[in-house]
Amino acid sequence: MAWREDWRRVRAIARKDLTTELRGKAGFNAVVSLGVTILVLLGLALGPDAEALRNAAVGAVWLATLFSAVLAFNRSFQVELESGALESLLQYPGPRWTIYAGKLLGNLIFVTLMVVIVVAVGVVLFGVRIPDTWPTLIGILALGIAGLVVLGTFYASMASRSRAREVLLPLLLFPMLVPLLLAAATASKALLGADLMHEASAWIRLLVAYDLVFLIATFLVFEHVIEA
Amino acid sequence: MLTGRPEPAIVVNALGRRFGARWVLRGVSLEVRGGEVVGLLGPNGSGKSTVLRIVATLLKPSAGTASVNGLDVKRDSSGVRGQVGYLAHTPGLYDDLTARENLLFAADMLGLPRSSADGILERVGLGHVAGDRVRGFSAGMQRRLAFARLTLRNPKVLLLDEPYANLDADGVELMNSMITDVVRGGGAALVALHELAPAKAVLHHNLRLADGRIETPAASRAGHAPTARNSEVG
Repeated sequence: MAWREDWRRVRAIARKDLTTELRGKAGFNAVVSLGVTILVLLGLALGPDAEALRNAAVGAVWLATLFSAVLAFNRSFQVELESGALESLLQYPGPRWTIYAGKLLGNLIFVTLMVVIVVAVGVVLFGVRIPDTWPTLIGILALGIAGLVVLGTFYASMASRSRAREVLLPLLLFPMLVPLLLAAATASKALLGADLMHEASAWIRLLVAYDLVFLIATFLVFEHVIEA
Repeated sequence: MLTGRPEPAIVVNALGRRFGARWVLRGVSLEVRGGEVVGLLGPNGSGKSTVLRIVATLLKPSAGTASVNGLDVKRDSSGVRGQVGYLAHTPGLYDDLTARENLLFAADMLGLPRSSADGILERVGLGHVAGDRVRGFSAGMQRRLAFARLTLRNPKVLLLDEPYANLDADGVELMNSMITDVVRGGGAALVALHELAPAKAVLHHNLRLADGRIETPAASRAGHAPTARNSEVG
């Protein structure tokens, strides 16, 4: 059945990306180190005031995640550009959306691993108290990561055709991520507080809509972006 | 067919490709029939690789058409990719995977059983380094591995871009035996070359490209002239 073959391709690309990244070690270590360094620097900049640190925790974690993830997105296509592997990848039969889906799955697992470490460091460093609503908080984190990875992978594929890809990716990506970051950070902050105004649910709905719209749109246009 | 000649496997018609304002391919037409190996000769920048990349569906033509076994490269690109085996300048391997893992990845992408990768590395003389990462391979070993991956596809049409680069005498012989196997099975091959010498044993015709146009169809070993001409584009 065609969908089984497509799914096999998706898994093969994700597995290959994760193997090369984790085997290379420099990739994962560099991405996590950047995230942790950003958190430490922001913590130092905010000073010893415990309340100020707690208030800034959500924003700091999302910023650290964003900058580290951009590094990861750039690397995921860098692997393909080394020794012309992208052309080999494009030469396989089957629909090209499977390449995007494979990259997406690989990046999703990679960024999730990185976020687990960054969040753990953020919680300790900024003295965050875990609220009873922590499952919802994890849901928000998952929706935020999903949106970040969808757009990041898509724009990395677009930028991979350019010589200035390292510069181009953040320039294309950051403005597009403003609604996502705003929604994820505001919803998380509401849940870490008492959320007396019940504003978290509205932001969560926005996150869901954002993820769905960009997931569908990027799948539809990927083939045109990746072709020369 | 009235002539008794096999059907064309590759048909390129008035093909043009522009990068920015510059036409690198200017109205090239050629045919490669089943059972034929055609060499594309010419200096750097003459458009050899561009022809191959368009037929391999890696580049879209700016003008003209190309087809493989009747499948149009623009309209049925996935079907074309299922028929061709393209060997590029660069090996296109993953340095941090082992030789065997590179082949298993290709088997997964091609929808073939993973067992189909068995024995291929031995055939190209890399059986002893199957578990080694490609990063430590010499250019010739990488070429052999890229070539093993091509064999896995069981292609009906070969598109080879400088296939003899970095190969030793054994490698050249191996490459020629693979080309011969495909062609004996009714397949066809279009081979971009700088030098004629290593491919002489397998070529039926050769065409010379210069500045994006067919210069002159050269002498033929197959008893008939190769079909090739130029058209106006742009």
